[in-house]
Amino acid sequence: MLRFAIRRLAMLVPVFLAVSLVIFMIIHLVPGDPLEHLIQVGSSPEQRAQMIARYGLDQPLLVQYGRWLAKVVTGDFGDAIVMRQPVSQLIAENMPHSLALGGTALFFSTVVGIVTGVLAASFRDSLFDQAVMGFILLGSTLPSFWLALLMILMFAVQFEWFPVSGARTWDALVLPALTIGIGGTALIARVTRAAMVEISQRDFVRVLQAKGVPFWRIQLRHILQQAMLPVMTILGLRIGWILGGAVTVEYVFARPGLGSLLITGLGQRDYPLVQGCLLMLAIAVMLGTLIGDLAQAALDPRLREAMGAR
Amino acid sequence: MSRKSLAGRIARSPRGAICALLLIALVLCAIFAPWIAPYDYAAQKLSMANTPPSAAHWLGTDEFGRDLLSRIIQGARTSLSVSVLSIALSVLMGATLGAAAGYFGGVFDKIVTVFVDLTWSFPEILLALILIAILGPGLHSTAIAIAIAYLAQFTRLTRAQVMALKGELFVDAAVTAGARPGRVLFLHLLPNAMTPVIVAGMLATGDAIVLEATLGFFGLGAQPPVPSWGAMMSSGTAQIFIAPWIIIFPGLVIATAVIAINVFGDALIEALDIRRPLRDG
Repeated sequence: MLRFAIRRLAMLVPVFLAVSLVIFMIIHLVPGDPLEHLIQVGSSPEQRAQMIARYGLDQPLLVQYGRWLAKVVTGDFGDAIVMRQPVSQLIAENMPHSLALGGTALFFSTVVGIVTGVLAASFRDSLFDQAVMGFILLGSTLPSFWLALLMILMFAVQFEWFPVSGARTWDALVLPALTIGIGGTALIARVTRAAMVEISQRDFVRVLQAKGVPFWRIQLRHILQQAMLPVMTILGLRIGWILGGAVTVEYVFARPGLGSLLITGLGQRDYPLVQGCLLMLAIAVMLGTLIGDLAQAALDPRLREAMGAR
Repeated sequence: MSRKSLAGRIARSPRGAICALLLIALVLCAIFAPWIAPYDYAAQKLSMANTPPSAAHWLGTDEFGRDLLSRIIQGARTSLSVSVLSIALSVLMGATLGAAAGYFGGVFDKIVTVFVDLTWSFPEILLALILIAILGPGLHSTAIAIAIAYLAQFTRLTRAQVMALKGELFVDAAVTAGARPGRVLFLHLLPNAMTPVIVAGMLATGDAIVLEATLGFFGLGAQPPVPSWGAMMSSGTAQIFIAPWIIIFPGLVIATAVIAINVFGDALIEALDIRRPLRDG
């Protein structure tokens, strides 16, 4: 298992290099002089010279990338132009909020999604199952920013149960996490239900039934255990989507976080900030996928061997 | 399979038929927007700002007193054309890339596969935001960003389809008869491989509508005064306490469109019997 984990981690290195190259290139692909995007309007010649030296703008692109990357891996993303603070400091301030939100939403969607999926599969074609299927359709199609706005309208404005925005108190986490969680829950419930239904038609289930094993014991002890495999696969593949939902939702709830920081940066054309946020989000997605893969390998020895043998 | 029998098969699922009609109605609204809309979408009347739905303004007015219904109808033009065009572009590029990769194999296939694997694990919204960072905000960049964000999906699907068909007898027959690779690919392989790709494209149009709306909501898509469903809601957030209808109605229209596309797409998949390639691709 450890060897698998190391191997899988090593596979991320080229991916990281490619992603960081794309993010580095943003500043050169934007029309105009890269220097103009890195400094404030009306900067002194000394500041310009400092920026040229810092980014090595007089060097070949590959050298510039190397320098930038060397700085980035030590956590130095440069200074945000508009907010006049080191990008790393802004990220450090906002990151915990994003982690709390993403983690809560992920936990919520996994638990509720699996429970809903199991119940829907166990009472297949019942009214409950149809309601779940309807919820899955809604949850996987509705735009998350609109859901977020509806949540605000309903629970913050109408009932005044939760704060409208911000992240000052713990209960400010409820509505954003719920909004992201609805999409994630729908996804996980759908996969759980489909896997449970598929597995329940296999022969060994009939044998268990013939032996007189109680219904719920078959469902939970035998079918669910095997159904967890495709659920883990999807969770690993789609963890990025669940975290990506945080970008939108943070912005709507005016919550501090990497997502709202990124949108602010994009609006202000603050490229060092945009680069820093994008890189951190990309790393989050990559690590999320990695965790999903490891969980899958922990559940399925065949996968470990297939990967270890290569 | 004739056209009529396909339409007949879709009609057998009433939900699919209803959604098809809904979609046709929406598209007609978008095409004939200036003639259908009761008011000019840009006409401001500040004395009527933030009025709730009434007989004169069925869906109420926004913060500048503009008629919300007219703006939603006009917005259908922006939102639908951007989503449909960007997905069409994406399918075109993805199908070409995927077909070439699947048919020719070799180094080119390796490069394409690496690109697909790389973008696959990233959420579309993140890819789109990276592209918007490069291209700058606006409708054109939104369309290009959406097209590239979904490129991996169509490349992957077409590649898998072409790989599966490559070993079929009719392909060998064409090659034996002396057909050049281009002819085999575009005349023999692609027509047989495209059905699932096109249906996947149709389903992705629903996601593209949401993505376009999200970017518009961030203020990175359509710029004022051009109405788009997402951008309308963005300005509505400031009035959420006094005029919630500015947020509710455009969202309802997006939801209706996206759900209709999904249900209709599902009926189409059922009628064409292509669930397996879509899932495996």
